[in-house]
Amino acid sequence: MTEKTIKVDYLARVEGEGAMYVKMEEGKVVDLHFKIFEPPRFFEAFLRGRSFRDAPDITSRICGICPVAYQTSAVNAIEDAFGMVVPDSIRELRKLIYCGEWIESHALHVYMLHAPDFLGYESAIHMARDHPAIVERGLRLKKIGNDLLALIGGREIHPINPRTGGFFRAPTRSELEALVEDLQWAREAAVATTAWVAGFEFAPFEQDYEFVALSHPDEYAIVDGRIISNRGLDIAAQEWGDVFEERHVEWSNALHTVIKERGAFMTGPNARYSLGFEKLYPVAQQAARKAGLAETCSNPFKSIIVRSVEMVHACEEALQIIDRYAPPDRPFVPATPRPSVGHGVSEAPRGICYHRYEFDDDGLILDCQIVPPTSQNQLRIEEDLWSYVPQYADLPDDELQWQLEQAIRNYDPCISCATHFLKLTVERS
Amino acid sequence: MPPLVIGIGNPARGDDAVGLRVVEALGLSDTVVEHDGEPASLIALWEDHEEVVLIDAVTSGADCGTVVEIDATSSMLPAGMCHSTHALGPAEAVELARALGKLPSRMTILGIEGGDYSFGAGLSIEVERAVDEVVRRVRLLRSTSAS
Repeated sequence: MTEKTIKVDYLARVEGEGAMYVKMEEGKVVDLHFKIFEPPRFFEAFLRGRSFRDAPDITSRICGICPVAYQTSAVNAIEDAFGMVVPDSIRELRKLIYCGEWIESHALHVYMLHAPDFLGYESAIHMARDHPAIVERGLRLKKIGNDLLALIGGREIHPINPRTGGFFRAPTRSELEALVEDLQWAREAAVATTAWVAGFEFAPFEQDYEFVALSHPDEYAIVDGRIISNRGLDIAAQEWGDVFEERHVEWSNALHTVIKERGAFMTGPNARYSLGFEKLYPVAQQAARKAGLAETCSNPFKSIIVRSVEMVHACEEALQIIDRYAPPDRPFVPATPRPSVGHGVSEAPRGICYHRYEFDDDGLILDCQIVPPTSQNQLRIEEDLWSYVPQYADLPDDELQWQLEQAIRNYDPCISCATHFLKLTVERS
Repeated sequence: MPPLVIGIGNPARGDDAVGLRVVEALGLSDTVVEHDGEPASLIALWEDHEEVVLIDAVTSGADCGTVVEIDATSSMLPAGMCHSTHALGPAEAVELARALGKLPSRMTILGIEGGDYSFGAGLSIEVERAVDEVVRRVRLLRSTSAS
């Protein structure tokens, strides 16, 4: 009997600390775990007893790549709890800062973390020596996303300007117009990125996914929306707990989120794209078509193309928002706390970010729940690996490991966010 | 032109804040700045400068508070040296810049070995004690450069 174990103790090019363990007997996978061992961070516990005002600032600290997602889902939940309605002008600014986050996060993953897999480089640094102009394009794209985030957010990594009800200060029109030239360059660069990544070789791997994403009647949903899937799910954020549950597994410090009735699902770029293609701007749809991408994408390796298409969309969205921008009369709507429970969702670059808060009459947090996208994709990542490993079971360990790490990076897992990431162990027998 | 001094850190992650503390002690100015370590903007920040001093917490296994001075111009940095909570941090920014020919003519890294990077922790006593030493070295580097 041939037994084989592959262990990766620290996965490279992922956010945070995680590991992978695969045990095979006679070429068949008998055990497999995607492990997140970054220590739990207890944000939900830190928040108890604090004011609603602290939630957007504290939760933005969960992640340096997608702070806007945490802030947006937090304020959506608080505003839901207190019965607040923000005017369109504020919602537009929320979309604009979120576009900055999509651009910087997608540029980071496409160029620095994912492209080296396809081109056979150990890292972006190795890739930069052979392809300096391409890497420079990626860095400039990322910087433009960060600049947009910093302009509206007050600073780029953990923005301080967003607040419940809106913003402390709304940017002036001329401040935003200063970014137009860069964003126009970025939109063209994102189109070029889509064409570049479409030329990579992709493993012929497709799964029958349940895609879960936010949906908005008039837009490719980013800042809010109903939660829908290709299996008939169509719920408001308030119904999250009826449909989804978090399960603890002994090998991971991050909870697995599942659909109670059906188990694993996929959230993130491929899900949003496959459920919302018709809502993308024509310039993004055209980039996707030229890249040979169908309107549904069930190959997780092709998420690099989808992220590039989404960058095109985000640049176009930002340009259109700036073009029609008029500063809101008042940058925020005041909040009146009340004993209540509120739910909020938004589309982080990696997928849905869900928050729920319960408040007392002073607006102090009694209880809260934060579900980052990586916890939602965790079980889906394991199920991809179960299907993927047998195709490559005969490869030498180092090549198999490379393939499996790539299959994990398809999800751009943010382990820092989910820990609540990577070591790889493969055992063969 | 004096060297550009960049203190890198995250104020909420314990000893990772040491670069910011050194900048505070030196006094913020046009040539003494704070940065969060995001590589794209870090490379853009030093692009027009001939000489740069980077101050950051490092993890090498040395005793907490140990100060190391590294000439990054001549040789590559050891992998994973600078502490970062992101996939790409300051060490990767330096190596990316080297690969792209965007490294200043002189780049010195003053690294302070951190011990505790937990959320909400202040600086460790050992790291706090090292701040004066780093400030002294930065001043020395600036005076050598001016002469």
